[in-house]
Amino acid sequence: MLKIKDLHASVDDKTILRGINLEVKAGEVHAIMGPNGSGKSTLASVIAGKEEYEVDKGNIILEGENIGELEADERAHKGIFLSFQYPVEIPGVSVTNFMKTAINETRKARGLADMPANEMLKLIREKSELLEIDRKFLSRSLNEGFSGGEKKRNEIFQMAMLEPKLAILDETDSGLDIDALRIVANGVNKLKSKDNATIVITHYQRLLDYIIPDFVHVIHNGRIVKSGGKELALELEEKGYDWIKEEVGA
Amino acid sequence: MELKEKLLSSFLAFENQVDVDTYVHDIRSKAIKTFETKGFPNKMDEAWKYTSLNKILKEDYSVFSKEENALEYSDVKKYFIHDIDSYKIIFIDGKYSSHLSDTTHDGMDVCLMSAALTKPKYRLVIENYFNKAAKDDGLSALNTAFSKEGAYINIPKNKIAEKPIQIIHFSTGKESALMLQPRNLIVVGENSHVQIIERHQSLTSNPVLTNSVTEIFANKRAIVDYYKVQNDDQNASLIDNTYINQKQQSHVSVHTFSFGGKLTRNNLNFFQNGEHIDSTLKGVTIIGNKQHVDHNTLVHHIEPNCESHQDYKGIFGDNSVGVFNGKVVVEKEAQKTNAFQANNNILVSDKASINTKPQLEIFADDVKCSHGCTIGQLDESAMFYLRSRGIPEKEAKALLMYAFANNVLESVKIPELKKRINKLIANKLAVNIGFDL
Repeated sequence: MLKIKDLHASVDDKTILRGINLEVKAGEVHAIMGPNGSGKSTLASVIAGKEEYEVDKGNIILEGENIGELEADERAHKGIFLSFQYPVEIPGVSVTNFMKTAINETRKARGLADMPANEMLKLIREKSELLEIDRKFLSRSLNEGFSGGEKKRNEIFQMAMLEPKLAILDETDSGLDIDALRIVANGVNKLKSKDNATIVITHYQRLLDYIIPDFVHVIHNGRIVKSGGKELALELEEKGYDWIKEEVGA
Repeated sequence: MELKEKLLSSFLAFENQVDVDTYVHDIRSKAIKTFETKGFPNKMDEAWKYTSLNKILKEDYSVFSKEENALEYSDVKKYFIHDIDSYKIIFIDGKYSSHLSDTTHDGMDVCLMSAALTKPKYRLVIENYFNKAAKDDGLSALNTAFSKEGAYINIPKNKIAEKPIQIIHFSTGKESALMLQPRNLIVVGENSHVQIIERHQSLTSNPVLTNSVTEIFANKRAIVDYYKVQNDDQNASLIDNTYINQKQQSHVSVHTFSFGGKLTRNNLNFFQNGEHIDSTLKGVTIIGNKQHVDHNTLVHHIEPNCESHQDYKGIFGDNSVGVFNGKVVVEKEAQKTNAFQANNNILVSDKASINTKPQLEIFADDVKCSHGCTIGQLDESAMFYLRSRGIPEKEAKALLMYAFANNVLESVKIPELKKRINKLIANKLAVNIGFDL
């Protein structure tokens, strides 16, 4: 589904990614771990198409199509979704209004008519139940005054509404208490299918107890320096990142 | 001939049309002298530093429309809030249109200034209120000198006007250039309540200059909600001079929606003559091209325990220019005043500009006064967030701008008007996304 080949990227002339290679197939869950500042979140932003990041070299290929030059919204239309580490507060736009706009703009891009209002309401009801979100919450301004847990639940709610092919969860576990973590992980697991894929970016192993990865990759200094199965995450939890740094001679 | 000279000489012709032996005409005669002395403001006046009338005053305006012009309702229906029942006071090229209007004398007067200024039964009200709030700057004096027509609204005590009142001034473009000087007087009695929507609409691209004066008197515990819809043609300019005199415990709000016109200057003045008064001034300005919108506000806190709330938002594109000058005066006696002022602006073009100046003159020591102004661009992280959800650039910008302006709309109490303003904003931002979901 997603192939990343020799990806180099920089922001403000500072190189952050130095040759990422990654292949994610439909139905798979990949975890990307690594110390702070290793380039995890940059990778997420570059895949989603954040403008400030310059792709210096390499390709991002989604289902055979190079999407490296597309705008963020065009990538979203192709089925990429990024769950933000720090969701942005947007006063004056309700969660519902925002979701309706996002869904209908995506449908428009795919040549479909607007979703009928009753269908939209049904979808909102169904997905908010999945994330255990109170209906009142949906009429509040997007992320404004939301707690950390509410913000993350709202991110996964948006993911559930948009049904992406490739979801990237950037530090979705940060700021979550154990109950919120369980709700969020449960939501992600229920949305998993053989046709979509998930990349989980995390510093800690904790989330991976709930969202079991098929592969674990360790990023260091802008490169994937080690890949393995889910047991690699446990090893990192136990031993920290230093042994990897030593192993790759960084 | 320069416009000033033309106006001065036209005054003699004007005197042939009106009864000169009246209380009102004494005021007019004084006013024309004031205008002769003061003339039009220029850039030397501090209050006109960023707004120049020079270009606009160069047009060869007709000072009076020569003919009675008519319009069919179906042709101008779109300028009305037509999906609700309302009183209507409609003018075409400065003359009253009985055909388009819907006035009343049933328990209150919603009618014409020309009647109020001439008929004996209105004399007392005119003597008590006419020109009692307006200042004698050149422009207001000019309007006073030629005051003859406009809306006259008198709501007696303990009366709730059950329908909003729409005041619309159309100009047909039959004159190659036309100057209009509408004069409105609104008196709202104790415990009474009225909602008013005012609009100026030019129907062609012939230049129009409107210099209007509106005086509003809100007596004890009266509630007045006034909405100004300024979405006029590219060649229409408006100088709106509004004076509001409030008595104790009255609540007056003025919302100004400035989306069009060539040059728009709003001189909005509140005088608080009593305790526990609440004054609200809100505005949304969304302009582009070479449009110019200037909000010049004054809130004069004279007595203790009063509040004022000012919230103006502006979005400026292309080569447009915005000006905000908000003056708040708190007199020594006006203790426990709570005055709030905010002016937030977004520039969406490198060539657009905004000049914003809060001006606080506080002589009391136990007051809460706050002011803040911001000028910014759209937040990039918010843009990325919206776009990552599939919302294209143009729509994402529009959504953020809409959200920015939205809180000013929340206090609009007429749902149909709110819907209409929503639509105007969507049109103005050139997007087709439903905001009022």
